[in-house]
Amino acid sequence: MTHVLASLDPAYWQSTAIKLLVAAILVPTTALILGIVFLFKVMSWMQSRKGPQEAGPRGLLQLLADGAKFVQKEDLIPDRADRFVFKAAPLVVLMSTLLLYAILPASQHLVIADLDVGIFFALAVSSLSVIGVLMAGWGSANKYSLMGGLRAGGQLIAYELPMVLAVVGVVIQAGTLNMNGIVEAQANGSIFGFSALGNPFILTQFVGFFIFLAAVQAELTQPPFDMPVAESELVGGYQVEYSGFRFLTFFLAEFATAFAFAGIAATLFLGGWWVPFINTNSDWYWLIGPIALFTKIMIVSFIIFWVRFTYPRFREDQLQAFAWKWLIPISLVNILITAVLKVAF
Amino acid sequence: MPDFPGKGLFKGLGVTFGEMVKTLKPDSMGGGPVTVDYPHVKEAPTPRARGVIALHEENCTACMLCSRECPDWCIYIEAHKYLAPPRREGGKPRQKNALDRFDIDFSLCMYCGICVEVCPFEALFWSPEYEYSESHISQLLHDKSRLGEWMETVPAFEAYEAGAEQKVKKVPS
Repeated sequence: MTHVLASLDPAYWQSTAIKLLVAAILVPTTALILGIVFLFKVMSWMQSRKGPQEAGPRGLLQLLADGAKFVQKEDLIPDRADRFVFKAAPLVVLMSTLLLYAILPASQHLVIADLDVGIFFALAVSSLSVIGVLMAGWGSANKYSLMGGLRAGGQLIAYELPMVLAVVGVVIQAGTLNMNGIVEAQANGSIFGFSALGNPFILTQFVGFFIFLAAVQAELTQPPFDMPVAESELVGGYQVEYSGFRFLTFFLAEFATAFAFAGIAATLFLGGWWVPFINTNSDWYWLIGPIALFTKIMIVSFIIFWVRFTYPRFREDQLQAFAWKWLIPISLVNILITAVLKVAF
Repeated sequence: MPDFPGKGLFKGLGVTFGEMVKTLKPDSMGGGPVTVDYPHVKEAPTPRARGVIALHEENCTACMLCSRECPDWCIYIEAHKYLAPPRREGGKPRQKNALDRFDIDFSLCMYCGICVEVCPFEALFWSPEYEYSESHISQLLHDKSRLGEWMETVPAFEAYEAGAEQKVKKVPS
């Protein structure tokens, strides 16, 4: 199959157009899947109710109906708002999300950009969303927005560090920053000489996995880290003044980012597109790679949303203390131990 | 099991997960959600639920106590006096009040039930009926015929506790 595709050899503009089309369809779809499966259904079940029932079979089209509703809404811009910044902010946030998808490999070749510094690129572009959030907070000319934007800025920067440090452990173990390389390292690894199951890094880097998920939760400004958008005190934080399609963009970006981060976590810690007992060079990965990755993403997303639906909100000082006093020291110790063991073995 | 830091966090995760499993289990195994599919399936409200206020017009003497006690002033009463024939031959004609208007504005009502409490003639009752939403706020003003229709939905009183004196609907048939 690889040969067939190689013989096609599309021109640069053709492959770019295909990639853009796939991304334009894929990103909203992933956001829809997460929204329906977790935000509507799993959350309802955890609260002992059924969730939406009326729109479509078992209410599965509810989110599409909500999306259509948002598109119909009036596009409000506050009178004193910084109009350009206000309009650009959701797009900046969405752009950071789209860039995250670029390095996510669904199989050896099914990746938009197979960068040598893949995971480094992901961490770099994920921090772009801070700028978008700050722009939204500042551009809205609303004190709640500004408070929410600043809180989000402080939080996202604080939790960027443990996220990077948690990834460092994996990178040390894999010996590469390339996403496919990390998957191969897990596929070809062995646990005490037993190599049939490979070595998914969640076994050795479980501390890193926990810290990464906690940091992802904070990056997504989800409960229990939803101080920046706290409804009860900030009435929605930096999203206060946004309506209609612009709000929809924020929503889409949040859930698509959740999907992308779950994908990165699945790749780093659960082996990504790799399935045990199937060689990573197999052509079968064109088909089962995306399925395996999707399954693992759903597992990781379930954990992320499970935590979201369980815990109450952190106070602002607790939130910062958790990052600086707990996650960062633990991840530093984790890096140290990983490095020592890497050299020792 | 000894305590370890963060034990409560895992307990919390266990609670939500257990709730999800319970919701997804079929009814036959004691599972299912606590909610019902409202428009298709209706929960029967408890007999003493405060749904809507019913008026038994024959008992009303237009004494205005309910109207005056209403914190929201949402009860409107108009009445006129008339002379009823005497009970016995040669007696004096009795003066009675006839109800011209008895409206309750349910857009103002806060369902405190004070009117039902103060009525000395057992003319007002609670009904558990709750489905009377309207597309316009003015239609929430129920006149005396509408309030009278609710009487059919008033359930029989249950004893407040075992052996208590039973309150009865004093409605002359």
